[in-house]
Amino acid sequence: MTIYAGIDIGSCTTKAVVIDQEDNIVGSHVRRSGVDYQSVAREVLDTALEGRAWDNIPIVATGYGRHTIDFAQEVKTEIACHAKGGYHHVSRALTLVDIGGQDNKVIKIDDNGHRLDFKMNRKCAAGTGTFIEEIAARMDIPLERLDDMARKAEKRVKIGSYCTVFASTEILSHIRAGVASEDLVRGVFESVVDRVMEMIPLADPLLLCGGVVQYFPIVADIFRERIKGEIIVPPLPQLTGAYGAALFARQSAG
Amino acid sequence: MAESRRVEIKASAQVRAVMEQHFRELDEAAKTGNRKIAWCSSVGPAELAISMGFLVYFYENHGAMLGSTRTATDYIPVTNAVGYSPDICSYLTSDIGAYLRGETPLMRAYGIERVPKPDVLLYNTNQCREVYDWMSWYSRELKVPLYGVNTPRTQRQSREDVVESVAAQIEEMVPGLEEVAGRRFDIDEFREVVATSRECSQLWEECLDTAEAMPSPMTFFDDCIHMGPAVVMRGRKEANDYYKILLAELKERVEQGVAAVEGERHRLYWEGMPIWGKLRMMSELFARLNSCILVSTYCNSWVFSALDPKDPFKSMARAYSSIFIGQDDNWKEDYIAEKVERFNVDGILYHDSKTCPNNTNSRYGMPDRLSERLGVPYLIIYGDLNDLRCFSEEQTITNVEAFIEQLEE
Repeated sequence: MTIYAGIDIGSCTTKAVVIDQEDNIVGSHVRRSGVDYQSVAREVLDTALEGRAWDNIPIVATGYGRHTIDFAQEVKTEIACHAKGGYHHVSRALTLVDIGGQDNKVIKIDDNGHRLDFKMNRKCAAGTGTFIEEIAARMDIPLERLDDMARKAEKRVKIGSYCTVFASTEILSHIRAGVASEDLVRGVFESVVDRVMEMIPLADPLLLCGGVVQYFPIVADIFRERIKGEIIVPPLPQLTGAYGAALFARQSAG
Repeated sequence: MAESRRVEIKASAQVRAVMEQHFRELDEAAKTGNRKIAWCSSVGPAELAISMGFLVYFYENHGAMLGSTRTATDYIPVTNAVGYSPDICSYLTSDIGAYLRGETPLMRAYGIERVPKPDVLLYNTNQCREVYDWMSWYSRELKVPLYGVNTPRTQRQSREDVVESVAAQIEEMVPGLEEVAGRRFDIDEFREVVATSRECSQLWEECLDTAEAMPSPMTFFDDCIHMGPAVVMRGRKEANDYYKILLAELKERVEQGVAAVEGERHRLYWEGMPIWGKLRMMSELFARLNSCILVSTYCNSWVFSALDPKDPFKSMARAYSSIFIGQDDNWKEDYIAEKVERFNVDGILYHDSKTCPNNTNSRYGMPDRLSERLGVPYLIIYGDLNDLRCFSEEQTITNVEAFIEQLEE
């Protein structure tokens, strides 16, 4: 079987996807990026290969660490790879929203899969995965409990700060005022959606991807409440960029 | 990553010599007192001061040196600590901080220990109010007189009432300058300096216009270096002599098809301030992507076509009041549109400079309006002229690479 690999070395996690000639995912793996991108990327791809040989596999690298590994034949930005991976699921014009560990991306794609425009969040991490991790740590709540807690919220709490540190202090003032933790957690997810909606006007169909969407499905539900129209969450949304990279690898291999 | 593909411009050695001569003269004057020194904002009344015998030192140029030597972030906190916010002009904060620390990049560049002390401080608010705030600080610190022109901003070009007012303000400076200079103002000398300045402006514009050629012989990053004499020595023959040399070389490059960026595939416009501490990094990034930034608002800002020796006060007022930065968005958009079309530009880069709102044009919807009007895509780069803490290299590289990928699709 001929296979192709995409590897997305993100600021928080490294993702690898292996596909066959029909674009089916035949292996994948995710782990924290750490500090040694090269060896982590090798390890992640090795696991995704599930015992298959490395020899002559077309590989495309993407993500923040894309220029740091030496075993990919080609490098593409995460904008290009998310657009490619996301478009593959719908094959028509769409707006893609990726909520990653360190940044958010909004990409407008036309009917033919060409990018029309893209926006990334500015330097601040508010509204990204790192923001959610920071707030969870501050509130001493395990990440895996956040989604359930947010669904039990009874009131809406507005968290408006652009800055993660200021958002933390904003939350502390809510805690002092006796606001329920569930309401606060819901407010955190609402603020993630707010930060994305401030970037560019969003129109359906909207495809949501990234680790935040994968681990916290409530984020997609909040988008559904906010945006009238079609909201699509692909299978394994965190792998969208790596999948797009693998599609590029297959395309380049001819 | 691939090596830089920039083809160097031979006149670069001469521009360094011209700039060095400028600073050596100032240093000698400061040490010996043989000439009076005026500090002047970059689009300020320099011609008037030159005509009255002053050597002119441009403090924004010093700000840019602090940026390009990447020392600005050592000094900005020093100024923050004396009550000047990190959100205001980082030329101002880095320059005052360097003064407070008793340091200057002139030392490393030319062995000059300190910035030449002024006899008088001049400014023009045609670009921003910060030049006034900046020089007010020095006026208090050094007990030196401060004279300025207060030009209204966000206007339509060439409003006659503005021109009249600015011309009157420039003229009102004369008695004060005569007192500091210890000599009388002479209208003929003034006319001569204005004529020389006009010629400099014309030569510099011709140099910039050679970038219409495909491929372009010069990049924005080259322009940022070669504009030095047009900023600090306009009104003096040496600047004009230099631009004649540069222009001849650029014409030769065009004739021979020498590309500033080898394999030029994309032609880009730069709107906003340079990111001084990242010129090389950005230059190499765009060269690697076969993309040439070949026209900019910034480097065209030292083209003063209205200067006319027949009517020196009024024409100077008109020239300095009609600069891009002082106009409304409709005027600015027409200006950029003309250049995008004439230079065959296929993408516009806007630098959102954190501490320079006046020289940032991406905050009031202009990129979307112009993109729709011209059918040319844009990218906003978030950074700062001097404060590199406001710039993320990784995010910028990703954004630029993604933008070029988009142009290739």
